[in-house]
Amino acid sequence: MNTTLQQWVDQPYRHGFVTDIETEIVPKGLNESVIRMISAKKDEPEWLLDFRLASYRRWLTMEVPSWAKVSHPPIDFQEIIYFAQPKPKKQLDSMDEVDPELRKTFEKLGVPLHEQKVMAGVAVDVIFDSVSVTTTYKSKLAEVGIIFCSLSEAVREYPELVKQYLGSVVPASDNFYAALNSAVFTEGSFCFIPKGTKCPMDLSTYFRINTEGSGQFERTLIIAEEGASVSYLEGCTAPRFDTNQLHAAVVELVALDYAEIKYSTVQNWYAGDENGVGGIYNFVTKRGMCRGVHSKISWTQVETGSAITWKYPSCILLGEGSVGEFYSVALTNHRQQADTGTKMVHVGRHTKSTIVSKGISAGRSDNGYRGLVKILPHATGARNYSQCDSMLIGEACRANTYPTVEVRNETAIVEHEASTSKIGEDQMFLFAQRGIGQEEAISMIINGFCRDVFMHLPLEFAVEATKLLGLKLEGSVG
Amino acid sequence: MKLLEVKGLKASVEGISILRGVDLEINAGEVHAIMGLNGSGKSTLSKVLAGHPSYQVTGGEVLFNGQDLFELPPEERARVGLFLAFQYPVEVPGVSNSAFLRLAYNTIQTSRGKDELDPLEFDDLVRERIKVVEMDPAFLDRSVNEGFSGGEKKRNEILQMALLDPKLAILDETDSGLDIDALRIVANGVNSLRSEHNAIVMVTHYQRLLNYIVPDFVHVMDAGRIVKTGDKTLALELEERGYDWLRAVA
Repeated sequence: MNTTLQQWVDQPYRHGFVTDIETEIVPKGLNESVIRMISAKKDEPEWLLDFRLASYRRWLTMEVPSWAKVSHPPIDFQEIIYFAQPKPKKQLDSMDEVDPELRKTFEKLGVPLHEQKVMAGVAVDVIFDSVSVTTTYKSKLAEVGIIFCSLSEAVREYPELVKQYLGSVVPASDNFYAALNSAVFTEGSFCFIPKGTKCPMDLSTYFRINTEGSGQFERTLIIAEEGASVSYLEGCTAPRFDTNQLHAAVVELVALDYAEIKYSTVQNWYAGDENGVGGIYNFVTKRGMCRGVHSKISWTQVETGSAITWKYPSCILLGEGSVGEFYSVALTNHRQQADTGTKMVHVGRHTKSTIVSKGISAGRSDNGYRGLVKILPHATGARNYSQCDSMLIGEACRANTYPTVEVRNETAIVEHEASTSKIGEDQMFLFAQRGIGQEEAISMIINGFCRDVFMHLPLEFAVEATKLLGLKLEGSVG
Repeated sequence: MKLLEVKGLKASVEGISILRGVDLEINAGEVHAIMGLNGSGKSTLSKVLAGHPSYQVTGGEVLFNGQDLFELPPEERARVGLFLAFQYPVEVPGVSNSAFLRLAYNTIQTSRGKDELDPLEFDDLVRERIKVVEMDPAFLDRSVNEGFSGGEKKRNEILQMALLDPKLAILDETDSGLDIDALRIVANGVNSLRSEHNAIVMVTHYQRLLNYIVPDFVHVMDAGRIVKTGDKTLALELEERGYDWLRAVA
């Protein structure tokens, strides 16, 4: 039975191919002239170049964070390519003009670039290395006043909005990787949902790293004005390389009065091989600001890829009665390391937060939950409920939980529950004795364990997450 | 017709020999009881037949419907009609009992060349079969065995037997942990499933279950062998005299 679990752990990565496409890159290494070159390539306004340079100077004074329980050789930031884009053939007028190689790539990944083929009317922004390839349904969304485009386009078309909100939730000084991102970010998605508008379809960004040696530094900014709501989905994959690649993204969400943002991620970056060679370093800063009264931000993540994940999607609950949620499944195997969790900072009165974290560790992996629940003095009547469950597969993996609770208002109610379990031989034997094959059994047990999280994913994504676990099972017996 | 033939079966767990040459024949339509003290090998025999991975077969052979049982992985043994009701049914958090029952049912149906049932059709079926064990349908919506009492877990096992319609059902200490009412309900359930096409093996310490499910044969195990076989009166004799007189014989 242990060999089955082992085989399951040793699943091949399905998205590890490289697209052969002519790529334009900025020479590797980082200095002010590289930043000026990126900014010039993107034809950016002066204020944005200043933002980058100020961030870069700040970054130079900062230290690589060492508090997370992850280990890796020091990253040589001069060995990274900070900008890579497929050579544009000409200006694109329609989807049909997308480079056929690119279109094939995304079809292979199950992300069709044709609107008519997009399942259930999800609008997609597609980002390949450092640039946005296309955004679907843009004009349809514009009819109701929603802006959904690449961040570069937003800088060109809506500079005032970008200027107002960029860095307002995650300032460059926040942490080492946020500063790096602020200096060199190349692309990302921008969503603006105007007052009183309920976004009629899910918005989605698909990220793909293709060029070896390049980093991806995307920056996503989502703003929901008073009474607006949106559900946003994010998917990511990368080819199989022997070298580690850095992905240092920043995501900022802003919710005004009564606004609601639901942000869902299925992260499947290349995780490295069974000996821990290669894979993505996923060092990401994601934060949402519930600025308005009764606003709500909900993070749901399914993290299955990356050699190292360092990620804490968080909520600052500023508005009275605002709500923050974090639902997470993190699956690690082989030599993967994940140090992930959330921060819920209760500033306003009667703010509420919920944390549900499910960690699944297999192989020789390390899977940790790190959380901070902070109730500030003015947060009268604040409530938090946290639940952290870990599941172990095999004998050589580790699961750790590092919850921190800081309460400075005596009316607050904070609850924390934690459990650890194992997929046992006896559970597997029960399924076998009822005629159920091993792959189906593991799939059912894992999906059962993750149910509290999957139920918060939008339907199409829940199907994808289940399928992703299913893919990991495929061909594991025999 | 011979359903199960066990010949000279030897098995061990973690290198310790537990079964030391078991011989047993079971025909369709029969009910057998296997009795014996703790550590005599009764439960090991059940698990070895069902293919639990912790046990190694070290000798002998077992034919099930004429087929070499040990050539089949555990899930195939279930599909050809071998069922084990567990002594300690395991909990599976987050997996709904009805989804689990339906997956098991459809897997077995498919292997028999029959059509699968969709959730609505299956719901009708399971609500009918659940009456066999007088179980509250609310248990269908809960996670498999999670928070079930000992008696509820055992009823859930017999519900699975009722759904999967096995040729040979091995009930491993199904009576342990049951009060007298639950015992009667479970026994009635099992009796209603008896037919001339299937056979039942009850592994038990106690005679009391056999008052409700009357066996055709009673076997006594000791030190990894069947040391005595008789009819139902043997169980009564054991109740009266204990096991020592048989151990002396062995």
